[in-house]
Formats: sequence, C-alpha cells, structure tokens
Amino acid sequence: MPPKPSEEHVSEPILQVKSLRVGFDHPQGVVQAVDNVSFALASGERFGLAGESGSGKSTLALAILRMIKPPGRISAGEVWLAGRRLADLDEEGIRALRLAGIALVPQGSMNSLNPVLRIGRQITDAFADHGLHLGRGEEERRVATLLAEVGLSEVVARMYPHELSGGMKQRACIAIAISLRPKVIIADEPTSALDVVVQRQVMATLASVQRDLGAAVILIGHDMGLMAQFVDRLGVMYAGRLVEVAPIGEIITSPRHPYTRALIAALPSLERRGTLVGIPGLAPLLRELPPGCAFHPRCSQATDRCRTEKPVAREIVRAQVACHLA
Amino acid sequence: MVALIEAVDVSKRFAGGLGRESTLALAGLSLAIHAEKPSIIAVVGESGSGKTTFARLLLGLAEPSGGEIRYRGANLRALDRDGRRAFRHDVQAVFQDPYGVYNPFYRVDHVLAAPLRRFRLAGSRAEAREVISEALRAVGLQPEEILGRFPHQLSGGQRQRVMVARALLLKPKLIVADEPVSMVDASLRATILGSLRKLTDEHGISILYITHDLATAYQISDSILVLYRAYLAEAGAVEQVVMAPCHPYTQLLVSAIPRAHATRDWLVQEEDSRRNGLALTAMGCCFADRCPHTMPACLAAPPGLYRTAPRRAVACVQYHDYPTLPPGNPGEVLSV
Repeated sequence: MPPKPSEEHVSEPILQVKSLRVGFDHPQGVVQAVDNVSFALASGERFGLAGESGSGKSTLALAILRMIKPPGRISAGEVWLAGRRLADLDEEGIRALRLAGIALVPQGSMNSLNPVLRIGRQITDAFADHGLHLGRGEEERRVATLLAEVGLSEVVARMYPHELSGGMKQRACIAIAISLRPKVIIADEPTSALDVVVQRQVMATLASVQRDLGAAVILIGHDMGLMAQFVDRLGVMYAGRLVEVAPIGEIITSPRHPYTRALIAALPSLERRGTLVGIPGLAPLLRELPPGCAFHPRCSQATDRCRTEKPVAREIVRAQVACHLA
Repeated sequence: MVALIEAVDVSKRFAGGLGRESTLALAGLSLAIHAEKPSIIAVVGESGSGKTTFARLLLGLAEPSGGEIRYRGANLRALDRDGRRAFRHDVQAVFQDPYGVYNPFYRVDHVLAAPLRRFRLAGSRAEAREVISEALRAVGLQPEEILGRFPHQLSGGQRQRVMVARALLLKPKLIVADEPVSMVDASLRATILGSLRKLTDEHGISILYITHDLATAYQISDSILVLYRAYLAEAGAVEQVVMAPCHPYTQLLVSAIPRAHATRDWLVQEEDSRRNGLALTAMGCCFADRCPHTMPACLAAPPGLYRTAPRRAVACVQYHDYPTLPPGNPGEVLSV
C-alpha cells in the first residue's frame, strides 16, 4: 500500500535539521557521532530513524534538543522548529522549548520515573517548571485528561511507579511527554523492554495522541517490522551518517542502500523459516572509520570506488541515498 | 529410553512476605528432553509467564515446590556427587546479560579456561588453548581477536558468543539459553541464533531457547511451548503452533508481531485485543479476562490440556472434544 502523497508533506516543514554535525573530543581527535545529517519533518508526520547501536540515532535526538554534554558538542549545522532557529535561543529559551515544543521520550524512560513521587506529581512538575501555575482542581483535571488520553485510569495519578506494569509506566511517560502539547515528539526505543502485546498497546497509544495533537513523531529503533507498521518515512543511519531516507513502503519493498537491505534481512520474519541472515562484521569504531564508504568492509557489493571515495547523499524524488551503487 | 532431563509436573510458588499472598510462578509443567534426537525447544511467554523460573528449575538453580526434575531418571535433588558433576557437565547455561556475567578484572580467557580446569578436560596449557580456539571458531569468532582481551574490549555480540563457546567447551547434551539475544543488536541477533542452530545441527546439542520473541523462536526452533501466567497455553511443532495457533493467547501473540512485509493494519488490530472486562476467578482459566471467546465454563474451572494432534497440546476449553492429557504424564506430546 504506497502512502499517498498528502498535502502535509508539501507544506512548510515543522522541523528542519540542516547539515548537523556532533563531535566528541577524544585524545586521538574528534569522533564524529553525527556527521552532516539533514532531513525535514512535516507536521503530523511519523519519521523513523533506524540503525545499529552506536550509529548516532540517540545522539542525533539529543542534538536536536541541544542536550549534548561535553566532551560532545554540536560543531556545525542548524535545527529549525516551526520557522525558528534553535541556535538563536538562549539557555532559558531552549529550556522552555523542551517538552513544550519538542518532547523526548528517552530510552528506558519507564525506569526514569522518580520512584518516590506519585505519577500525578511527576506530570504536574512539568507544568510548574514551565511557569504554568494552576489551581489544584485545574491541575487534577489536566492530569486526569492526560492519563485518559494515554488510556490510563485517573487513579494512576495517585500511584507510585512500582505499582504500575512496564506498559503502564511507558504510557505514563507518554502522558508526561504530551503534557505541554509539543509539536514534535521524539520517542527513543519506547518499547524495547516490553513484550509484543504491550508494545502494540503502547504504540497505538502513541499513534492516537500524536494524531490528536497533530504532532510529528520521530521514532528511534532498530526493529524494521515496527518501523514498517508505524512510520511514514524512514531514515537509516550508519556510523553517524544518514545513508538512506525514503517513504516506508518503498524502503521495505525496494531498499536502495545495501545496509538497509541487510537490516531488513536481519529481521526475523514469520513468512519464511530459516531465512535469518545477520550482517557480517561489526559496526566500525567512529574514531577509526574506514576510508571511502564507512559500510564497505561489510558490504558484499563494494567496489574500488567504495573503498576510496566517500559517497555523498543524492536526492531522489522525496528520498535520498548515500551509496555509489544505488 | 530414559530422558536426559525431564520435568514431571513441576510447579514453583514463591512465598509472599508478611501478610502477602504467595505467587505462583509455574504451574505443573511437564517436558522430557531426550539426548538422542538433538533439537531446539523454544519456551515463549511474556514477562512473568514463568519461563525463566522453568529454566532455573531445569538447571537446578531453584527447587520446585511440586513435582520433580529428573536427570537420566534420577531426581535432581537426590543426585550424589558424581551424578551432580555429570549433570553440571551435560547441562550448560547461557544467560541474558552478556555484560553482567564477566568479571571485569579478568581477561575473557579466564571464563573459558575455568570449566576446562574444573572438569580436567585439557592435559596441558597448549591443549587447553587448542580446545578453546576450536570452540570460539565454532561460534564464528576468531580466537586471535578474542583471547587476551578484557570483557570491555569486546562488543555485546562477541561477549554473548564467547558465552556460547564456553557452554560448547564441555560438549554438553543440553544448553539452556535464557533470552540470549534480547540485549544484543538486531543485526547481531541473527548471527548468534545461527551459531546456536549450528550447535544443534553439527554438534548434536539440544537447546532450550527461552525467549519473549516468537519470531526468533519460529526461525530457529523445532518445537515450542507457550506459557502464560505460569500455565502452559500451547505446545507443539513450531511450524504448526506459529502458522496455525489454536490457543487464543498464541493467536494474540502471533498477531501482535509487527511485520515488515504485510499490510499496515497492525495498529488498527490493537483495538480487537483489548480486555473484555471480565474479572479473573481464582479457579478459572488465567486468560479469561483477555480472551475474545470466554464462556461460563472458562470462569468455573481451569482448562484441561487437550491433545488436538499427535504432537500438539492446547490448554483451552474450546478443544474439550479432544482427549485430555493427564498432568505429570503428557506422554510423547511433550517429549522431544
């Protein structure tokens, strides 16, 4: 089912990432964790970021929120949210924007809930922190509404994290993330610790709140099955670079980059048995990147050109790919 | 033909603290594993289904509250010193966390050399190195890239494969692998699972593969047991159980797997799997509150275990026309 080219994709993007680079200072030189990444997000769009551990997905998410801590730093590039350049904001401005403009559901966030505070209090913390001083009754009403939006009963507000199951905790985290009506929600492997049935409940919750808010979602993960079922467009990262971006239907049926193909083949499918193929070799160390295309030592089709010349991302209709062979 | 290892109606109940109710972690599960026909048996279930408890019972790391574990026909608790040593040799474990099992102060050689010393499997240092190198190569690792290194110098996938190599060193008859790939990257998962499959096909080692991931279980195993809240829901050949699940819980599990090459209706289907609003009863079926087919009979009594095909068992009253399997003696249905 090819996704229809909707109006939204033509309209002004809500989030724009332009040539973003994040480096970590290291005694042996700068390690480029995010290398020249550009993409744009339409409002209401669901965008996926896939890749192995260490490919820079989470660093990219943190960089968008300007949350990179030393020795890491954003060395180049810009992030625009709804027509505003985030680099122009001061610390206070960017702090106000986090959660209200872009909300992050961090990896393993269900374990980041404060164990000694009730869920309701953890949601209202965000209101106070963003200068919303509401009366107690109004606060309670808002918390109940937020919990209802993520499919939780209002009694959860008076409960402690240990009284909730993993899926409920993850939904409570989504409730916190949407509490200030953000325009972009970044969800970093929101379901990696949950079993499949609960995973589907949490993803359905995320999909429904995203629809209601009209917010764009960046879903970070490495499960291509989940990506195929959830996102509209997928970006594949390898060694800090975005090597392919395409609408999800296209990327699953005809991936252009050999690494994307390998990622899809590594997904255990229920269609055919005994077809599980791993990706040979290991992800490269970022401070010892091979010359040319970073993927060439693991690529079965690598040519001499791949070994020497770094491929540049080329734009194809609504998609881009960084490979000499594609 | 006596089984290598046999669970006979084993159950495990964890006592509650002061004034708290005890928790049933595993309810009367039976399974016989024969060494003659090496195969991979998957035990699948969500968190709290009892799958890790079952693994710990089989490994002798926990004591059953009811029933018994037999090793070559003898109760595991009653084994003498030699019997226990033979058991420790024949049955090996690979655990979930490839980071926690290593002592960071020792080189990885230590974890490989210790079992050789313990069971006196190598006459000399050179011989030990040869045996270790062979085991590492069997799981797709280059000995020169691994030996002499500290755990932090290896990737998670390499560490987990070293653990598989360690289990292989002793030439065991059975490896109990508890979530061996849940903490490694998707791209490496396939490689590790491939090396497990090779152990069965080329070295004749049976594997009990404990996982919450039905898709990987389908890819590598021969038979499967599906557990739900301490109870066996369904068991049989993996092809039958996954392609044509009988139990409503297995059906839910199969439908909840996000598939890459399928219509995008995964999220829509979620609405069909909501709870049905019924309350669980103490004596009824443990799936009654989530099942789309709940009948009055489901709330009144626990379902029997019905034999719907020669090698298939389903614990659901919808199949009550089929012969019932007696607990503790499931015969060849739960025997591999």
